[in-house]
Amino acid sequence: MARITAGVATSHVPAIGAAVDNGKTQDPYWVPLFKGFEFSKRWIAAAKPDVVVLVYNDHASAFSLEIIPTFAIGCAERFAPADEGWGPRPVPVVEGHPEFAAHIAQSVIQQDFDLTIVNKMDVDHGLTVPLSLMFGQPAAWPCRVIPIAVNVVQFPPPSGNRCYELGKAIRRAVDCYDPDLNVQVWGTGGMSHQIQGPRAGLINKEFDQRFLDRLISAPEALAAMPHIEYIREAGAEGVELVMWFIMRGALDAQVKTTYRFYHVPASSTAVGHLILENAG
Amino acid sequence: MALDKPYADVPGTTIFDAELARRGYHLNMFCTSLMKAPNRERFKAGERAYLDEWPMTEPQKAAVLARDYNAMIALGGNIYFLAKLFSTDGQSFQHAASLMTGMTPEAYVQMMVNGGRSPEGNRYIGEKK
Repeated sequence: MARITAGVATSHVPAIGAAVDNGKTQDPYWVPLFKGFEFSKRWIAAAKPDVVVLVYNDHASAFSLEIIPTFAIGCAERFAPADEGWGPRPVPVVEGHPEFAAHIAQSVIQQDFDLTIVNKMDVDHGLTVPLSLMFGQPAAWPCRVIPIAVNVVQFPPPSGNRCYELGKAIRRAVDCYDPDLNVQVWGTGGMSHQIQGPRAGLINKEFDQRFLDRLISAPEALAAMPHIEYIREAGAEGVELVMWFIMRGALDAQVKTTYRFYHVPASSTAVGHLILENAG
Repeated sequence: MALDKPYADVPGTTIFDAELARRGYHLNMFCTSLMKAPNRERFKAGERAYLDEWPMTEPQKAAVLARDYNAMIALGGNIYFLAKLFSTDGQSFQHAASLMTGMTPEAYVQMMVNGGRSPEGNRYIGEKK
């Protein structure tokens, strides 16, 4: 049977991708950030996931304003890196898992989550930067990826609670998939940041640390936090953190915190990173 | 009864909601077009002529030509779409953010290295710092 073994949370700042692609990871500015992912690279080399269900948001790359799905699942065989305005990132094409994705889509829709099924889309830095942080620069990504795209571009994004419940539904879908697969769920985006308007540059370390604490130990209570609190306390784009609840909802109620890292800044963003493992 | 918009009193912040998305639709779709290299070339070769192919308002076009990002946001531009414009100009998110804060790029980068802008005094319009 397929089983979810671990969850990973990480920010997905585009400048991190640019640092990797342009060979700047050893620049003094970037050293502390990439040092924070050295353990993670060793851990995932040993954990060897077959499939990563990767929750991220598209940044007006695959979805313009023509179509805005609140939740979308990528069911394609492969996903090409998107051209976000400066040419596609020079990273491997992302291999999907169409059969497993179709299974998850059918199961989750029957659990009252009306996912949009996407059979053709490019993936932007929101999806590829977490892969670079966890896997470095391999010739091919070492696992299949099922993208779950969440709208956080046009307000309102889904609520934290809705995301948490979707995570639980994905867990139930994975638990009834016959092939023997080691599955991880990643939640990406955040932490505190604002990249628009005169208030750009807002960072709230206390909010972020408390969010990390409570995501681990009291996710249900934390998921009830309204959007306005993210916007006011963690910056307009900090609301991306709702996506982390999909990862958390897919894990056991009690989890082991294998790794925790926090760093300011990457460009305008506070970078948070967790590795959580199911105990059982 | 009107929709509750509790985010209206957050200083220096514009939330791209359905109303703004409607106002900025063509501005953002113009930005989307810059994801294709041939369109970027045509835009660079003649910005005004390229803009005139889009049913945007005159203030929207003027804001694009002036690269006034705060004005574009007020007119319905969304930062992730506007990113296609500053990427076309070869600029980073960090550079665009510094423009919107009125800081020099160097001062903005230094603020971030120092831990970023504090939420203290920045939660409500008119709040005492």
